[in-house]
Amino acid sequence: MRIYFDHAATTPCDKRVVDAMIPYFYDNFGNSHSQHFFGRETEKAVAESRATIANLIGSSPNELYFTSSGTESDNWAIKGVALSRANKGKHIIISEIEHHAILASADWLEKQGFTVSKLPVLPSGVVDVDALEGMITPETTLVSVMYVNNIVGTIQPIKQIVEIAHKHGVIVHTDCVQAMPYMRIDVKDLGVDLLTFSAHKFYGPKGVGALYIRNGIRIDKLIGGGGQERSQRGGTTNTPAIVGMAKALQIAVDEMEQNNKHIESLRDHFVQRVLNEIPYVRQNGDLTRSVPSIANFSFEFVEGEGILMFLDLNGIAASSGSACSSGSLEPEHVLLAMGVPIEVSHGTIRFSFGKHNTMEEVDYTVDKLVNIISKLREMSPLFNLKDGGTYNV
Amino acid sequence: MYNQKVMEAFANPQNVGVIENADGEGMVGNASCGDIMKITLKIENDIIVDAKFQTFGCAAAIATSSTATQMIIGLSLDEALQITNAKVVEYLEGLPPQKIHCSVLAEEAIKKAIEDYRAKQAAKA
Repeated sequence: MRIYFDHAATTPCDKRVVDAMIPYFYDNFGNSHSQHFFGRETEKAVAESRATIANLIGSSPNELYFTSSGTESDNWAIKGVALSRANKGKHIIISEIEHHAILASADWLEKQGFTVSKLPVLPSGVVDVDALEGMITPETTLVSVMYVNNIVGTIQPIKQIVEIAHKHGVIVHTDCVQAMPYMRIDVKDLGVDLLTFSAHKFYGPKGVGALYIRNGIRIDKLIGGGGQERSQRGGTTNTPAIVGMAKALQIAVDEMEQNNKHIESLRDHFVQRVLNEIPYVRQNGDLTRSVPSIANFSFEFVEGEGILMFLDLNGIAASSGSACSSGSLEPEHVLLAMGVPIEVSHGTIRFSFGKHNTMEEVDYTVDKLVNIISKLREMSPLFNLKDGGTYNV
Repeated sequence: MYNQKVMEAFANPQNVGVIENADGEGMVGNASCGDIMKITLKIENDIIVDAKFQTFGCAAAIATSSTATQMIIGLSLDEALQITNAKVVEYLEGLPPQKIHCSVLAEEAIKKAIEDYRAKQAAKA
């Protein structure tokens, strides 16, 4: 049994995506900046891919910059905008529930003398948009809030954030990495100035991300080099990955409705069964305001790593939070910000479903999970069968 | 991340539970840190004849508690006090560096359970 319930960490490449990429490793391997016909062939493929993606997100092709990852796009957006507007002010606003790529970029800016404020989050997992206006000062140059949270899957009110920020002349960036492939993205409709996304979250290849930068937005470049990406981001163009990204996004958009329906039915069945069959469990994040793919639970009186490893021994891959931070022992900042008590947060597992998963996999997993939780609770000094559980021992 | 020996100790832990009317009991750690370990001992003539544990914690915490109880059964109290976390880790053929602190809990729980027993004995005398 090999069950993959960790699609928020990464997705498998769609076979059609790989097929589209293959020619650009062998026959059409040229450097897209070379003058000869090898270069011209790949330059054409990159231009077509850029146009396809731009069309799918409602931008112009020249507003789209390819990078190596969502993390690079986030770093570029946060640092690049803050630095280019430092003469106006040195204050930026992010949210309490951002990805580590944003948190680390904000930390870096603080070391350079910037001030960073964090928009609080409500227990639902949605940021408190009413608090935003009061946080904006004359020094504020940038607001960055993710579109979909990677831990609990909640959708953030980006349009409202844009409305408030733009009233004060503040630029808005959103990390959109977890929104695709579940939501149609239209940058004009959202109104954001910069937007990050990454191919491997929507069945595309790893190693390629993009940053949408609205025409007219000034940004310092982070990676100098050749004249690639309109001289804004150096580095030989990753043609196969870019071709793959365009193909993956096209498929994601074309098949979104049917995939969402399937994934949502898996998630809802899973959540229902877990809540019915396992006592002392807390489901994190408002499912009515979430993408259909993520179910996040805190199992009380047990610790997440043990759950994860027993799942692993049963051939089930899930995550104890964000894969990016699983090396650390820090409790998940998103859950704490949402008001989950720290001792409860230790028992948190994220299951994220994908288009290839089946109902049989969901049922098998719940069956195993019921046993795993009860086995770990048997071992826990916080729980006994007679009286249930308590953290006050 | 864990070696085979640690995985086995975690997946098939020995001596899980609580000894009723235990002669010595030690509980260490706290829930907000995500680590609590409770060890109960049955002691006859200063020899540990039985030991059981309950652990709220990661796989390393479970593996080290199980191993520590196995190592102390049959030992005298003075011998059991010589079982350091380093010896538990050695028995498990190593733990990842960030998990070494979990093995300290097992050593502390044993010490506390023995202290508890000795305090009770002193009170009786």
